[in-house]
Amino acid sequence: MHQTEQKSTDANVHPTAFIGEADEAGPHDANSIRAVTIGRPRQELYAFWRDFRNLPRFMENVKSIELLESGRSRWVVAGPGGKDVEWVSVVTEDVPGERIAWRAEAGGDIDHEGWIEFRDAPPRRGTEVRVFISYDPPAGTVGKLVAKVMQREPRVQARRELRRFKQLMETGEVTTSKAPDAAPRA
Amino acid sequence: MRALCWHGKGDVRVDTVPDPRIVNPRDAILKVTSTAICGSDLHLYDGYIPGMHSGDVLGHEFMGEVVEVGPGASHALKVGDRVVVPFNIACGNCFPCQSQLYSACDNSNPAEKADASEIAYGYAMTGAFGYSHLTGGYAGGQAEYVRVPYADVGPLKVPDGMADDQVLFLSDIFPTGYMAAENCDIQEGDTVAIWGCGPVGLFAIKSAFLLGAHRVIAIDHYPRRLELAKEAGAEVLNYHEVKVREALSEMTGGRGPDSCIDAVGLEAHGFSPDNVIDEIKTIAKLATDRPHVFREAIMACRKGGTVSVPGVYGGFADKIPIGAFMEKGLTIRTGQTHTHRYMARLLEHVQEGRIDPTFLISHRLPLEEGPEGYRMFKGQQNECTKVVLKPH
Repeated sequence: MHQTEQKSTDANVHPTAFIGEADEAGPHDANSIRAVTIGRPRQELYAFWRDFRNLPRFMENVKSIELLESGRSRWVVAGPGGKDVEWVSVVTEDVPGERIAWRAEAGGDIDHEGWIEFRDAPPRRGTEVRVFISYDPPAGTVGKLVAKVMQREPRVQARRELRRFKQLMETGEVTTSKAPDAAPRA
Repeated sequence: MRALCWHGKGDVRVDTVPDPRIVNPRDAILKVTSTAICGSDLHLYDGYIPGMHSGDVLGHEFMGEVVEVGPGASHALKVGDRVVVPFNIACGNCFPCQSQLYSACDNSNPAEKADASEIAYGYAMTGAFGYSHLTGGYAGGQAEYVRVPYADVGPLKVPDGMADDQVLFLSDIFPTGYMAAENCDIQEGDTVAIWGCGPVGLFAIKSAFLLGAHRVIAIDHYPRRLELAKEAGAEVLNYHEVKVREALSEMTGGRGPDSCIDAVGLEAHGFSPDNVIDEIKTIAKLATDRPHVFREAIMACRKGGTVSVPGVYGGFADKIPIGAFMEKGLTIRTGQTHTHRYMARLLEHVQEGRIDPTFLISHRLPLEEGPEGYRMFKGQQNECTKVVLKPH
């Protein structure tokens, strides 16, 4: 699966950053990783995220998360074109204070899996959070394009959700300039 | 309420728009008592800054009376307080804010607005009032009322007895001129050369003297602005009359100025060959910025000196003399102003009479005449040094 030649890159970098390997970095067609540093303790960030009921507070497109039995949860998310997408997510790995991994059960609208990792940043910098998602774009390439235009492409969503997570954890609120407090739209 | 809105290049209008309201716990609403048109508003007016939408409420230099406070800001502000507000928005909690790098705040640009500047600059820009959607798309203060996010961090209370005109410029141009001078790390005997005698350049002159400069040399071509620079204590050069680099070298015994301040930015005027070519390139969309002053400052600066850049740049520029920069061992310091860091100490300078910011104001107009204010500030840069608008 990976190139066999010896690599001299020795730093701890996920395969998504390696040239020509992003497509193979996860089990699905689209793979992306995003890192953000948050000035709060690792345990606090882990605990907030692990209680999935908190996630809609900063995940703008998530309409509801219903906790089911044995680490499963039902997600309803605003998708492209005003259509909701749904899936049941199951926690596949849970290392308190460090890492949570999940996978969508078969039969959902978006086949995907991912993980979030929390690592201590250098002194006074807080916690480094990395999120990885691997997914099959709904309705293939066309769906991906539509989602992108609608700004509901999972990669774009993940980027914005991580920014909002940081805002909420550091400032206690999610930053906004939305109307009527921003400029009125004609 | 009534508000001054951007509708396109050279097109600003006073419109009736919805009143702002508290959205987040740390918000406050101000009734604006004074607001000014800034040189960087002219960059919007001239269509140089991307990410503007028709209907955006302008204005990032403003002050007023608190009329509503969210529960998360009530420990810091109460209804009736008179405050002046920094033009950039800072959360106070993130690592840059904790390091007093307020204009690098990580959190004040809304998540859905931050993609564009992250693509353009590598990292998302900080939020600011009344400016491009690259900086958050916040409604500005050239309006009757304005919502101030993170209001427990930014607004500075104005002591009783001080007039609006004395403190309004703490919102931007005074701290911006001061930081430009502070970035020069002025030592005993230093000569500071300043390109641009607009509001920021004039405050940079006064600040350079406050910080111990031996001499300040100021460069512009508008006689009225040069006169103000002279009144502030600078020796002045009109670049339509003299070759600037020759004059600077001669005036400094061949050493060159110890530090050079580019208080002009991306819309440099003048007919030097490089600037004419830059102008053609920007018209042809081959470049975005006209960095004539930046080039000249690098070339004029003494070996081992500092080039300080408060002037606004937005995109890309050609033919930066990087060899001169490296071989002379220059330091370049720049950035949007960390306004919050300077407001209290500059208020003290005003209170103790070491500086009177009102010297700058040439026009006071009601908000309804705001569009005329923009036309004058743009078209009559000689006479029109600063326009203050009164919304009520």
